[in-house]
Amino acid sequence: MKERLKPTPYLLAGPTALVFLGLVLIPLAMTVLLSFYDWGQYKGIVPELTLKNWREMVADDYFYTVYMRTFRIAVLVTLASIVVGVPEAYILNRMSPVWRSVSLLAILGPLLVSVVARTLGWALLFGSTGVVNQGLMKIGLISSPLPFMFTETGVVVTLTHVLVPFMVLAVWAALQRLDPQVENAAGSLGASPWTAWRRVVLPQIIPGMLSGSVVVFALAASAFASPAIIGGRRLKVAATLAYDEFLNTLNWPLGAAVATLLLVALVAIIVGSNRLIERRYAQVFE
Amino acid sequence: MSRNGPLAIAFHVLFVTFMLAPLGIVCLVAFTPEGYLSMPTHGFSLRWFRQILEYPEFISAFWVSIWLGALSSTIAVALAIPSALAIARYRFPGREALTTLFMSPLMVPPVVLGIAFLRFFTQIRLAGTFTGLVLSHVIVIIPFALRLILASSYGIDTRIEHAATSLGAGAATVFRRVTVPLILPGVVSGWMLAFINSFDEVTMTVFVASPATVTLPVRMFLYIQDNIDPLIASVSACLIALTAVMLLVLDRVFGLDRLFVGAGKG
Repeated sequence: MKERLKPTPYLLAGPTALVFLGLVLIPLAMTVLLSFYDWGQYKGIVPELTLKNWREMVADDYFYTVYMRTFRIAVLVTLASIVVGVPEAYILNRMSPVWRSVSLLAILGPLLVSVVARTLGWALLFGSTGVVNQGLMKIGLISSPLPFMFTETGVVVTLTHVLVPFMVLAVWAALQRLDPQVENAAGSLGASPWTAWRRVVLPQIIPGMLSGSVVVFALAASAFASPAIIGGRRLKVAATLAYDEFLNTLNWPLGAAVATLLLVALVAIIVGSNRLIERRYAQVFE
Repeated sequence: MSRNGPLAIAFHVLFVTFMLAPLGIVCLVAFTPEGYLSMPTHGFSLRWFRQILEYPEFISAFWVSIWLGALSSTIAVALAIPSALAIARYRFPGREALTTLFMSPLMVPPVVLGIAFLRFFTQIRLAGTFTGLVLSHVIVIIPFALRLILASSYGIDTRIEHAATSLGAGAATVFRRVTVPLILPGVVSGWMLAFINSFDEVTMTVFVASPATVTLPVRMFLYIQDNIDPLIASVSACLIALTAVMLLVLDRVFGLDRLFVGAGKG
């Protein structure tokens, strides 16, 4: 028997769907279209289809540099989050419930604080007049401030701080599905703690690690405020470049092209890696 | 269950320090008595907090953020409740696609959304208006509200509603007296998480706000672009204190770990 199509769910979700159609799909389509428009210093935006902006992005090395920097930073932030976040999640999982909930407040709390305030903290710590640099110089360990502001290292450290909680969460979620007896079994069979961790625990948390990596990578590649504050005006990433084209140069079509490329690249990477993870680790998700 | 060794505990202490040091330093510098960035080594002073009152742009931006957050999370929750019920209760063609669509603002970089809204609002003459700001924030925070309301909608035993109906309650009464109370924890925490996300949003808002409708994070961001001084530290310290209070409330109402599972935002 074929079930009749009920109108109720469509009536319930309809208003939201309309809002999304009008406020997400149409504006995004307009942005993609805008990237094919012409622009001139004096004539402004000319609604004639042209490949000018896309050609400029391919031809000009500057755009290549900015995109490579964006993805290099995102990859480094992802790796740093794995190195720091995976052990932390493991430690968190072995804590007593009381300590764990206190620690969770400390680790997840910063997620709710504006990214501007968190980035400011790093600027205060490591700026040329920052506390760490001043302190190290006062005790004579260094003669000039450590380079942090306006460097890629600075951006990577700040973004790792901003995003590592997502890695901790993803890995911790995977660890919670794990039977702690399995690790003990490996130990009783003669495996050293390190071997047990590497051969028994690690393989089971890799899916969590990978989905955490996708989230961290995507957020790092599209980050704006931290690279803008720490990286300054010269160390551009894709997001700050698009901002500049829109609000300083006022070349909207070129800015739209920069943004469209970022969107397409990210969606391709997210969808692609999710497919890969699901296919490779299908059995773990069941 | 095996305990953490001393090495693990040392790592954990370092990690928590790494997470909290930047916030701690902001709060410390905010209390400096000096006229420049420094640690309050010679006593604490509230001069930079008093200074905030002399910058009306921070105060007005704060109120814009509060109203914007309250209004857009209320609209977002109003849209998310029926959508969550549809997704949680019914199997219908297009269900997966709708869920993906409603969650899509998490996947689209905020810069791209900001550009899209700026372009769109310029065309329909909403650019720089408070209405435009609210509409854009509704979109960005719907996924957060929807996820929490969905989580509480999945758990409802529909027999409770059937019982109410068989006892003579009308559809509206069942919804108001049975369904809403059952999903209320999800709705309340969904509203709060949406509010916090609206209150913190900076990247997309930079594009949509005009000088008259600048929000607090955007004002702070623009200020930091020009210079970093103890004033901005004291503003941030207030923000951190406010967030800490909301955090404790949320932890009580919903539990932090449940709040964030599957989260994705920067």
